[in-house]
Amino acid sequence: MNKTVNQKAWFFVIPVFVLVAFNAIIPLMTVVNYAFQETFGNNQFMWEGTRWFKQILVSERFHAALGRQVLFTLIILVIQIPLGIFIALNMPKEGIGVPICLVLMSMPLLIPWNVVGAMWNIFALPDIGFLGHSLNAMGFDYNFTQQSGDAWFTTILMDVWHWTSLVVLLSYAGLRSIQPAYYQAAEIDGATRWAVFRHIELPKMKKVLTIAILLRFMDSFMIYTEPFVLTGGGPGNATAFLSIDLVKMALGQFDLGPAAAMSLIYFFIVLTVCWVFYNLMMRNESKS
Amino acid sequence: MSLELKGIEKKIGEETHIYTTDLKFEKNTINVLLGSTLAGKTTLMQIMAGLDKPTKGEIWFNDQNVTGVKVQKRNVSMVYQQFINYPNFTVKENIASPLKITGIDNQEIDQRVSKVADLLKLTPMLDKKPNELSGGQQQRTALARALVKDSDLILLDEPLANLDFKLREELREELPKLFKDRDCIVVYATTEPSDALLIGGYTATLLEGKVIQHGKTLEVYNKPNNLDSAKVFSDPPMNIANINKKGEICSLLADNVTWKTNLNLRDGNYKVGIRPHNITTYKEGKNSIEISGKVLISELSGSESMIHFTNGDLNWVSLSEGIHQKDVGEETKLFMNSDEFLYFDNNDRLVGNV
Repeated sequence: MNKTVNQKAWFFVIPVFVLVAFNAIIPLMTVVNYAFQETFGNNQFMWEGTRWFKQILVSERFHAALGRQVLFTLIILVIQIPLGIFIALNMPKEGIGVPICLVLMSMPLLIPWNVVGAMWNIFALPDIGFLGHSLNAMGFDYNFTQQSGDAWFTTILMDVWHWTSLVVLLSYAGLRSIQPAYYQAAEIDGATRWAVFRHIELPKMKKVLTIAILLRFMDSFMIYTEPFVLTGGGPGNATAFLSIDLVKMALGQFDLGPAAAMSLIYFFIVLTVCWVFYNLMMRNESKS
Repeated sequence: MSLELKGIEKKIGEETHIYTTDLKFEKNTINVLLGSTLAGKTTLMQIMAGLDKPTKGEIWFNDQNVTGVKVQKRNVSMVYQQFINYPNFTVKENIASPLKITGIDNQEIDQRVSKVADLLKLTPMLDKKPNELSGGQQQRTALARALVKDSDLILLDEPLANLDFKLREELREELPKLFKDRDCIVVYATTEPSDALLIGGYTATLLEGKVIQHGKTLEVYNKPNNLDSAKVFSDPPMNIANINKKGEICSLLADNVTWKTNLNLRDGNYKVGIRPHNITTYKEGKNSIEISGKVLISELSGSESMIHFTNGDLNWVSLSEGIHQKDVGEETKLFMNSDEFLYFDNNDRLVGNV
């Protein structure tokens, strides 16, 4: 059979190409442009080569922000993934409880991020906020606007409240897709509850958990809005995570060159970690 | 050794899943539960295993009442329609899994695993994970897990249903051999009458939560108690026609086909059940009856031709050996082997087969 050559199909790709160009490629190239040049007023540029990159990579400020960011993300993953799985395991599997739990779980995910920040800001205020006031009434010296430990505690609590549901929903979907026969087979073998979790539920949830960890890693590593509204990066620089520090540098100090270089490094870190992690998790899957 | 269900009944809410059932399975037998989907095969098996409790009635094993005894306390294994293996265990670990908790020492576990693996042709795949295997091999692994334990009761719930045709045929032929020299009771649930015939042993036909008939497979096939049992045990579906008997002469009510019979029955109306392979394009048996019809569909498979045709107001199915090409709408003549007819009275009870 003769195949006819028809290149018209390329026309269908154009809209996507234009869209991606405007929302990803062109902005990214602008950043690349800034990253290699010194910017003056009147759109004057001066070539700087890799100077900004070298400067950022040895800058203590960047190291500190990166350190805070890594610590924050690790804490988030260590809390949210097990907690999410635990809640999913204990959610009802049938009856009226299912929709109720699902709706309750989805609620935090539906609230705009800046609203979450504002809500928690008011909630945690030491004088009038329910959380802040209660903690102080119980005798804790709690003030998230002044003590960095309290600021971290509040930020993490807020993120756990906001995002654990995502892990719950994904895990729940994974658990529900396990056929009942697996549980019966385990029952016949006399497997313990832990063995059922370890050898049936966990392997069967592997794919959704990979997605959950990836999403939670990316979101928490790039977190901006909520801590910006809640703590503004403070007290001092205590909760100035990478993106908050980046915005300070770019828009606060108008150091566009170093900020652009930092964006690219930041982007590269996220990309590399995701790629390595995904390939590690899927290594065994691809064999089959 | 025997397994006995005494007056078992299962209700979920108001809905009855199993109507009062008495069944007895003897030592060293293969028992087929034959019925369509939702007939209650799986529910019945789960009650036998102890995975589910009956609403009423008792289960006796070896003359002991085991109703309500948990599945772990009984020596039971089960194979499912889905290929159920532990996903992160190798085939070897999977087969060994039922033995691990029994406290048998590792050397014996290894011995038994390799013996069963050999029996099921899994030896080359022992170190692979289930998701690296074909469906047939996955189900072999699940079968090996069931066999390695030396259970008293092995339950197979449509184990071949998810396999493609060729693998199904292959494994189906092996199954009776696997259980031949084992000291256990095997219960095999299936929707396929051909499975039951191939596996032999005993068959219980089920319909809508009721056991209709239980006995030796060939007896159930040749002498179904009633029309329902005959229908369940016939694939393609049995042809059923109303007839009138007057003296020696039987005639189809819908057509002027007549034949002689020496059945000792009162004159009157009856139903006759004719299995598709007893209507053929060629004469078979001494008392062959001609029937004419209009071809609806003609399906050819490798060595058989299935011809659907109408006669009177009935749709008939015939199954002949060899390839017989018929055009749709064609008027055709076929032959019914009246030696194989099953006669039922108006209450659908079997009254005679010649």
